[in-house]
Amino acid sequence: MTALPATSEAGARVPMGASLRPLLRLVIPALLVVGAYAFMGPEQFVNAMTRGAIYALIALGYTMVYGIIELINFAHGDMFMMGAFVSLTFLGQILGLTGSITEIAKLAPLLVAAFFISMIVMGAVGVTIERLAYKPLRAAPRLAPLITAIGVSFILQNIVMLKYGPYQTNSPKIFPSVDIVIGTAKIPALSLFIIVVAVVMMIALQLFIGRTRLGRAMRSTAADRDAAQLMGVNINRTIAITFLIGAALAGAAGVVNGLQYGVSRFDDGFQAGLKAFTAAVLGGIGNTVGAALGGFIIGFIEVGATVMGFSRWGPAIVFGTLVIVLVFRPSGLLGQQLGERA
Amino acid sequence: MSENPLDNEPILVAEGVSRRFGGLVAVNTVDFTIPERAIVSLIGPNGAGKTTFFNVLLGVIDPTAGSVVFRGRRMIARPERVGFESLLWVLPAVLLGLLSGLLAEAGIVSGRLVALLGFLTLMLLVGSLLLAIIRPVWYSTALERIGIFRSARPNDMVTAGVGRTFQNIRLFQNMTAIENVLVGMHTQLHGNLLEAFLQTPRVKAEEKAAERRADDLLTLVGLHGKGNEGARNLPYGDQRRLEIARALAANPKLLLLDEPAAGMNPKETLDLVALISKLRDDLGLTILLIEHDMKVVMGISDRVTVLDHGEKIAEGTPEQVRKDPRVIEAYLGAPAA
Repeated sequence: MTALPATSEAGARVPMGASLRPLLRLVIPALLVVGAYAFMGPEQFVNAMTRGAIYALIALGYTMVYGIIELINFAHGDMFMMGAFVSLTFLGQILGLTGSITEIAKLAPLLVAAFFISMIVMGAVGVTIERLAYKPLRAAPRLAPLITAIGVSFILQNIVMLKYGPYQTNSPKIFPSVDIVIGTAKIPALSLFIIVVAVVMMIALQLFIGRTRLGRAMRSTAADRDAAQLMGVNINRTIAITFLIGAALAGAAGVVNGLQYGVSRFDDGFQAGLKAFTAAVLGGIGNTVGAALGGFIIGFIEVGATVMGFSRWGPAIVFGTLVIVLVFRPSGLLGQQLGERA
Repeated sequence: MSENPLDNEPILVAEGVSRRFGGLVAVNTVDFTIPERAIVSLIGPNGAGKTTFFNVLLGVIDPTAGSVVFRGRRMIARPERVGFESLLWVLPAVLLGLLSGLLAEAGIVSGRLVALLGFLTLMLLVGSLLLAIIRPVWYSTALERIGIFRSARPNDMVTAGVGRTFQNIRLFQNMTAIENVLVGMHTQLHGNLLEAFLQTPRVKAEEKAAERRADDLLTLVGLHGKGNEGARNLPYGDQRRLEIARALAANPKLLLLDEPAAGMNPKETLDLVALISKLRDDLGLTILLIEHDMKVVMGISDRVTVLDHGEKIAEGTPEQVRKDPRVIEAYLGAPAA
């Protein structure tokens, strides 16, 4: 990890600069967040957090898969899109819902069921794809699975297009559009719900990776696959679990996206996947905390661009930021944590 | 020691093991048994095939001939008819899927039948997949019953009771010492995905017990109180000890040590010899040692086997091996110290 440039040439001030450094690491992000809040106002701030949460959920899947098998899973954005379609099929076509549901007693079980079904289905899809498309290529040069991933992406898009057609499909916005009023600001309850769901999932993932048997197996596999296997870790199962969790998180992001925007199309996964991938690289690919951070940063950049009146420039600014960050920190903001190959 | 451990029942029997890489025969029909609770050593000049043989025993590479029986069960042999595995379920699933798709396109049969076919396809695919992932042992036993034999993978060997350390240190550098030991305990713990997310009491208790046991193991190898240090920050000798602790965590019956004394200073080597004896005497482990340091080999081995050019050229007590003219010629060159 590269150190910050020395704060001073004067020898006497060096210890002070060194002791300030960890403090600066906290203060600078805090200032940035406060600055963004002051600049955007509370409504846009929450909007940025919501978008960022969706990108972050998708980015986690990219970063986990990369960390463990060094594959950029280009089909991951399409898992997100399929997650949205699973949820709209369940809520709209099977249950026949169209509008919002105001009774909490009815809403809560529906939401839980939508998340549950979408995450389970997408998890199963993820594991199946890994087994059929990527596992046979595990010993192949890296380019082969990469191209395969692009192929899988086309397959998933075309399956959905065959079933739902090449246009937008409505997704029932079952979450009532209630605003929570704080002072003069009106904040949609849905946004808060999305942020809370995403943050809870991220914390759960972090605890899972850090503190459980399977999480340790994942980290050891990422660090040294052969050694992990020789310590008794079942590599195939560990990789399958990684895909399962990544895809389930993408499925959850799909549900959230449907609730928020109300429409889905077969090629939604491309743009979202690209931005989430950017988020993963920005935060340091292989690092789950970095992916979450990167997701939120991209949410803020996009919304910030809109606030300043450059909404059409949003993607350009996002990718421009990525280029600048990679020039100065080639391994991303937080470097590598999951995978380590020096 | 009152009785000779070489008279014990064998824990591992390798028969006629060969491995060739193209034209090179790295290991040539080697017979090798390890009696229970014995310390046996494998020596030989560089390129003699020691590490290849070791890797065959561990399931890292398949032998081209011969078999390895561990605790009475055939674990490793030449693969038989593995190509048929995909014919069993992948190909039928693909064919069934294509067939139902074609039938639907042509409109020959009713939609219900096509749906049924599609469903069967899916069940075949998903069912086999899940079985292979969730219960690999059942899956491979089922395969073995119909004549498809695949050697045990390294993780299966660990489950069966073989632990190892590496010639070059291969700790998980970015994890702490205790986490390394906990990874070694992987096969001993049972928490699954669902339990991990729900944090059931069973899984919590299991984690607690695991941490306690990991602490004990660290104490055993002399790393007491260093559990929370990053593996990469430990001194070299400690990293070697940590590797042993990690291997012990899987509760092995047989411990394979690949040049454990490499790069150690004389004091560290002495400590290591004491530790290896302790592992056998106190924990009842069987130990197979690959080592270049003759002081270690001659000091603690019950039996020494010498490989040269992939063939076993001598076997016996350290005394016998030391005097064997073929060994002196092939390996020791000048008389050993």
